[in-house]
Amino acid sequence: MTRAQLAGVLSYGAYLPYHRLDRVAIANALGAPAGHGTRAVASFDEDATSMAVEAGRVALAAAASGTTVGGVLFATTSPPYADKTNATAIHAALRLPSQAVAIDLVGSVRNATSALRMAAEGPGTRLVVSADVRVGRPGSVDEREGGDAAAAFLIGTAGETLADFIGVGAATVEVLERWRLPTDVTSSMWEERFGEHAYASLVTDAATDAIKQAGVAADAVDRWVVTGLHTRAVRAAAKALASFGGDVAADLTGAVGNTGAAHPGLALAAALDEAEPGHVVGLVSLADGADVLLLRVNDAITDFRGRPGRTVVQQVAAGNAALPYTTYLTWRGQLDREPPRRPDPKRPAPPPTLRNVDWKFGLVATKCTACGTTTLPAQRVCVACHAVDQMEPAPMADVAATVATYTIDRLTYSLSPPVVAAVLDFEGGGRFTCELTDVDPAEVEIGLQVEMTFRRLYTSAGVHNYFWKARPVRGAQA
Amino acid sequence: MASNGIRDRVAIVAMGCTAFGERWDKGADDLLIDAVGEAQQSIDMKPEDIDAYWLGTMASGLSGLTLSRPLHLDYKPVSRMENMCATGSEAFRNACYAVASGAYDTAMAVGVEKLKDTGFSGLTIGTPENDGTVVEMSAPAMFSLLAPAYSKKYGVGEDELKDVLARIAWKNHFNGARNPRAQFQREVSRDAICAAPPIAGRLGVFDCSGVSDGAAAAIIVRAEDAHRYTDKPIYVKGLSFVAGPANGPIDPTYDYTTFEEVVRSSRDAYTQAGIIDPRAELAMAEVHDCFTPTELVLMEDLGFAERGTAWKEVLAGTYDLEGELPINPDGGLKSFGHPIGASGLRMLFECFLQLRQEAPADRQIASVVDGTRKLALTQNLGGQPGECVSFVSVVGSEPSA
Repeated sequence: MTRAQLAGVLSYGAYLPYHRLDRVAIANALGAPAGHGTRAVASFDEDATSMAVEAGRVALAAAASGTTVGGVLFATTSPPYADKTNATAIHAALRLPSQAVAIDLVGSVRNATSALRMAAEGPGTRLVVSADVRVGRPGSVDEREGGDAAAAFLIGTAGETLADFIGVGAATVEVLERWRLPTDVTSSMWEERFGEHAYASLVTDAATDAIKQAGVAADAVDRWVVTGLHTRAVRAAAKALASFGGDVAADLTGAVGNTGAAHPGLALAAALDEAEPGHVVGLVSLADGADVLLLRVNDAITDFRGRPGRTVVQQVAAGNAALPYTTYLTWRGQLDREPPRRPDPKRPAPPPTLRNVDWKFGLVATKCTACGTTTLPAQRVCVACHAVDQMEPAPMADVAATVATYTIDRLTYSLSPPVVAAVLDFEGGGRFTCELTDVDPAEVEIGLQVEMTFRRLYTSAGVHNYFWKARPVRGAQA
Repeated sequence: MASNGIRDRVAIVAMGCTAFGERWDKGADDLLIDAVGEAQQSIDMKPEDIDAYWLGTMASGLSGLTLSRPLHLDYKPVSRMENMCATGSEAFRNACYAVASGAYDTAMAVGVEKLKDTGFSGLTIGTPENDGTVVEMSAPAMFSLLAPAYSKKYGVGEDELKDVLARIAWKNHFNGARNPRAQFQREVSRDAICAAPPIAGRLGVFDCSGVSDGAAAAIIVRAEDAHRYTDKPIYVKGLSFVAGPANGPIDPTYDYTTFEEVVRSSRDAYTQAGIIDPRAELAMAEVHDCFTPTELVLMEDLGFAERGTAWKEVLAGTYDLEGELPINPDGGLKSFGHPIGASGLRMLFECFLQLRQEAPADRQIASVVDGTRKLALTQNLGGQPGECVSFVSVVGSEPSA
């Protein structure tokens, strides 16, 4: 295989949820030794799918206009559904064309780098998204050191690439180092030193192969990005790679935790946020073996950074660490709290969901071609001029909105009461009532600037109800 | 095309109304039997003397069998009506039209709701299968949107408005304390009302109507036949009902300070009844005080106050039992309680009692007693601000000259 056969990164985006759990809060609650730093926490209305959508939106918003996405690959260890493709919800929310494939790579952290490699080696333009909600038992290392995040990479050859894949290498081993039965929520691990031993030789083998394929000098890599759930093995691998030359990127785990399948993408995004044209970046993942992907950064990275977006550093800084540990446990289903004396929310029914898939997943409203009025949700009869069936689609997900009025609902069911319901007016027309999220009820006011975000409203009768909410526009956005 | 009305063509000759409240002792069947029985027995009418029935219930039973089964009615037409919180009014309206048309000599409108068997707090409403994209908001949350919008539009401070809303709740509790059929027969201080923890927005539990069980019934006959049944028939002057276009939640020009449906239905009813100045002509009104901000806004929509001034009228006591235009002298939805399908008929029941001077002495309307006013109004709505159905009726104790 030659270098020309590998594709490049056309665009990328990362997503870190708004909430952080202070590790001291866990220690205080459980009387455990104090940790330090924070972990990123998916809100009660987020999961791997919804976060993948958010990362995908950032990547696609920054992509060159007219880019045709041929497929989406979704890597996660925390899939919201089994027996059903999760990537189809991402496909729908990102309004990808029907011909585009949607593929789940579900199970191990290794899927994240496997998906990148498949896209790098495969034909066409692929969106690779990886996302994870990492949980552990209360008081466990996984709980404390885990994190929740998503990352998306648009990979292909059609268009100017920000960075090109120049070499890939892999080493595979069957080893019981970390595992989980499909029916379990938390993982099991063998003794820590064993994993370190199992991975020791694999990373140098994979790196050597990748460098060989790239056809570059052994010391050509400027920065190694080393990820994996096994902290000791990652540390040892970083040390081994340092002998090739190049430095090792900061691993983000102090501020956001180890985000599992999302971590290779998140760390690569952080590295690309800072990389200089001409640099070679080596992405390494240790999971049931070792994957190494080498990328050479192109001049286009400079212009890309000038576009509106959210760098990883900005999103790390925008986190809110006020989350109480008990709230965290409630959100993850690890603290079974007394529900309100209200009916459970009704699960969405599949037939109306299918009929309204563009609205529900894509937030596509309608605009009347007779009078120009935009209406949410999609209508057949114009609210203003009563024209019938003269509508064109009006995608609203990326349209800015302001709060026209709002209320704090302490009666209606929510996993995280109270519900903040807001009447939104969209820029350019359109009004819609929806829930606000990632918000302190005290900060809501008429005129608040908000943006739409894809969420899992609730799960009822085994059905995840995905739809859009609004969140305050915070400083991190350029 | 016109809304012509049926002014003075039909009359209410008898009514019944159960006590409202947490009626653990009564099922919907019992409540229906009691309300129907009270109406019939008051004029010695037998079930076979009623030609047709209109039964209103939101969710306490399906079809006319809900009424015919417990009463074992003998092959009579029973229509089952549903129009959310205006369900009882809708049953009444259709029964009136049936008699006015000449199709039947006598008709009965009955409303019932059994809400307290669900085990849930507050009202719960089933919805059709859907795509899960409508925000889950409780009823108090939907109506709480009126308060900050009113504050902003008319420059009334939020604390001052809270005091105004407490004054409305205080009045309706005061009136309910004089009503032995009411769910809450206790006066509540304005301080206690304000001190209740918030449920939605700034609304506390005392800003909300009572969730209750109950039933009410009315017997309607042709006006010319009315005196065969009673010396004091109550004549139907105007009936108006509209379903709004449901634009409010999706139209950026809607400002949450009015119910256009109420404006339209009240103007129509006033025209039918020949009313020019409702505030000066009506002896009383029963309005849909599902939540305190609703009653405030209704005062303006019904023409009982100029726009932006109802809050001052509330504080001035205009709508008190002894005020210029008593509103909800029976305690309203707030204190009498709100069994959905029965509420519209319960409102008429109070008009019926007051205009016949049969209300308890401590809540009789002075202008009726002294004979200066002879008209009463009911206003009943279902839905939410910007998207509702509204009913308005005007009834009177004398036929027009």
